[in-house]
Amino acid sequence: MKKMTGAEALLKSLEEEGVDIVFGIPGGVLLPIYEAIYKQDKIKHILMRHEQCAAHAADGYARATGKAGVCIATSGPGATNLVTGIANAYMDSVPIIAITGQVVTPVLGTDAFQEADITGITLPIVKHSYLVKDVNDLPKAIKEAFHIALTGRPGPVLIDIPKDITTAMIDFKYPEKLELPGYKPTYKGHPKQVKQAAKAIMESKKPVIYAGGGIIASDASKELVQLAEMAKIPVTTTLMGIGMIPSDNKLALGMLGMHGTQYANKAIINNDLIIALGVRFDDRVTGKLSQFAQGIKIIHVDIDPAEISKNIEAMIPVVGNAKDVLTALAKEISKFREKGEKEESKKAWLDQIAKWKKEFPLSYETSGNGVNPQFVVEEISRLTGKKDTIITTGVGQNQMWAAQYYNAKKPRSFISSGGLGTMGFGLPSAIGAQFGRPDSTVWVIDGDGSFQMVSQELATATINDLPINIAILNNGYLGMVRQWQQLFFGKNYSQTCLRADETCPVGCSQPIDECPKYVPDFVKLAEAYCAKGIRVSKKDEVEPAIKEAMKTKGPTLIDFCVAREENVFPMVPAGASLHEMIASEEDLG
Amino acid sequence: MKHTLSVLVENKPGVLVRIAGLFSRRGFNIDSLAVGPTEDPNLSRMTIVVGAAEHSLEQITKQLNKLINVVKISDLDPVKSVNRELALIKVNATSKTRTEIIEIAGIFRSGIVDVSKNSLTVEVTGTIDKLEAIEEMLRPYGIVEFVRTGRIALSRGQKE
Repeated sequence: MKKMTGAEALLKSLEEEGVDIVFGIPGGVLLPIYEAIYKQDKIKHILMRHEQCAAHAADGYARATGKAGVCIATSGPGATNLVTGIANAYMDSVPIIAITGQVVTPVLGTDAFQEADITGITLPIVKHSYLVKDVNDLPKAIKEAFHIALTGRPGPVLIDIPKDITTAMIDFKYPEKLELPGYKPTYKGHPKQVKQAAKAIMESKKPVIYAGGGIIASDASKELVQLAEMAKIPVTTTLMGIGMIPSDNKLALGMLGMHGTQYANKAIINNDLIIALGVRFDDRVTGKLSQFAQGIKIIHVDIDPAEISKNIEAMIPVVGNAKDVLTALAKEISKFREKGEKEESKKAWLDQIAKWKKEFPLSYETSGNGVNPQFVVEEISRLTGKKDTIITTGVGQNQMWAAQYYNAKKPRSFISSGGLGTMGFGLPSAIGAQFGRPDSTVWVIDGDGSFQMVSQELATATINDLPINIAILNNGYLGMVRQWQQLFFGKNYSQTCLRADETCPVGCSQPIDECPKYVPDFVKLAEAYCAKGIRVSKKDEVEPAIKEAMKTKGPTLIDFCVAREENVFPMVPAGASLHEMIASEEDLG
Repeated sequence: MKHTLSVLVENKPGVLVRIAGLFSRRGFNIDSLAVGPTEDPNLSRMTIVVGAAEHSLEQITKQLNKLINVVKISDLDPVKSVNRELALIKVNATSKTRTEIIEIAGIFRSGIVDVSKNSLTVEVTGTIDKLEAIEEMLRPYGIVEFVRTGRIALSRGQKE
């Protein structure tokens, strides 16, 4: 055993957990921890420019690598700035460890300077949390935190450490055993349930797999594709599941739901068996719940028992890890086949799907030499196709176009804020992803509104010489909200135009070439952060700009000035059922 | 329908607020909640009475189970468990009514724990029905203050 301070014990414990990078910003109560960081060289600290981005960077790191991401923030405002990032990780089941400094224990609860009850504030958005009041509990808390964050359904864990704990002395010994009597996640699916599920697959004429983040989290993409191919089942993925099956696979239907492909939504409406894998029947997927999958048999596999039959009643529930259950399912189907059990042919169904794919492809209108946002995404997809690429996105139209038109071929290659829908997630998560996978090409596909929420992190990107490429699909609007205003609020563009100034007519809903110039000038902004800035306003400039960005060593920002009122289609209006899908502008009449 | 959940939790700071917070966030109502130590100093038992339909009860149980500090949850069958609650009832009493009140208390096998010139405090233990019955009986005299512990419950011993 070695005598050391709590701060040193913290770093030692992180090291024991295999942490080699943390994202954070120092502060008053963190001084002893930062002193300990200063005096060691095992763990690299990345100095972010805002705590929210530290959490998003840890999140991006975790999604890109499968390891836990770690972020650090000081007490009070530092800690509260983490909140959005923690909530984001919670909604998307991402393992991050948030370490917060806290005021010294004698003044806890007295409204001391920079005191915030962060364990209280984050209660509903963490998988678990610790307020360490005795230095001897610190190593154990860290060991438990990593275990809890990474196992079962992953999620964020917060550790709040008062300053006097970090200066107190401890005989350091990293605990070997865990004592968590109330925490035993189920990995293996119940054999009887698995068998029943396999039987349902054999008997189904029109099955469809609806798979999500659980596949990525359990690294089950290979098993998923294998099962789909062996049993001839088409696969539609959620936003969180993009990348598990390459979109050029015949069985891949792309994304389903509000902005899903028409063929994915037709498949999820017209099948006779839904095999739901690592998904939670989110409202953006199901549309109006009461009309979703009426009378259709559902197999629901999830590691979190609370997700099963939460929104939609599952006829065959299987609690377990997607990877384990998929392997077991494939085995059961093989056994049934060996025994010569009856198996329905899926051919007619697959023919039908092929027909839908041909008849209702994703499409958009092109206009002269103007820049279509969808085209930009397609070009990025084409030009990065051969490289190991990670896409991160903002939230809104940019995100949906990225989801629809980027051909993600591998798991952990498409990183997006799904559940919380956090604008600004793109750049900081890209920073985390790039640090986690330094050899990958990282692209941020973002919106002009989304990007402005985190633009200060260009500094982090430049200073660390990260070759991140940022594609801003700049339409001068908070585009997704504007789209809804256009479709459902009589084109009253209330507070969504980012170019509007006091010279504009009141209630303007008609963007013209003479609109006030965009503030900020993104090219100059990039240059102010010593990054490369490129502006693209013509279609034929798209390819050269992307190529130029990929050649550049440091970060590059491309300001794609895209068609201003382009909408994301297909679209299922909020609260409507999937049957009421709007295919294109023409559908609106 | 009312359900009595017996929840075994780790005896750690913040457990109560995690549970209470979960109920409020997920929109479940707690009728009563009683917490106390158990035979194991590391564990506490919470008896939570909730009014919920079958589907929401399943969700409550599953969500509670997700809390790291929750060790075990049982939905106690009223037939196969013993339920008790304690109430203290301070009731107006004059020299005229005092004897009557003591008599009522006696019928319910409850005791008088405090007496003053103008009042009597009755301590009564039993099932909800019994508590409600005595409350009903004492109301005409004028109940000054009233407190109930909330239900505590244990499953009955295994039958041979």
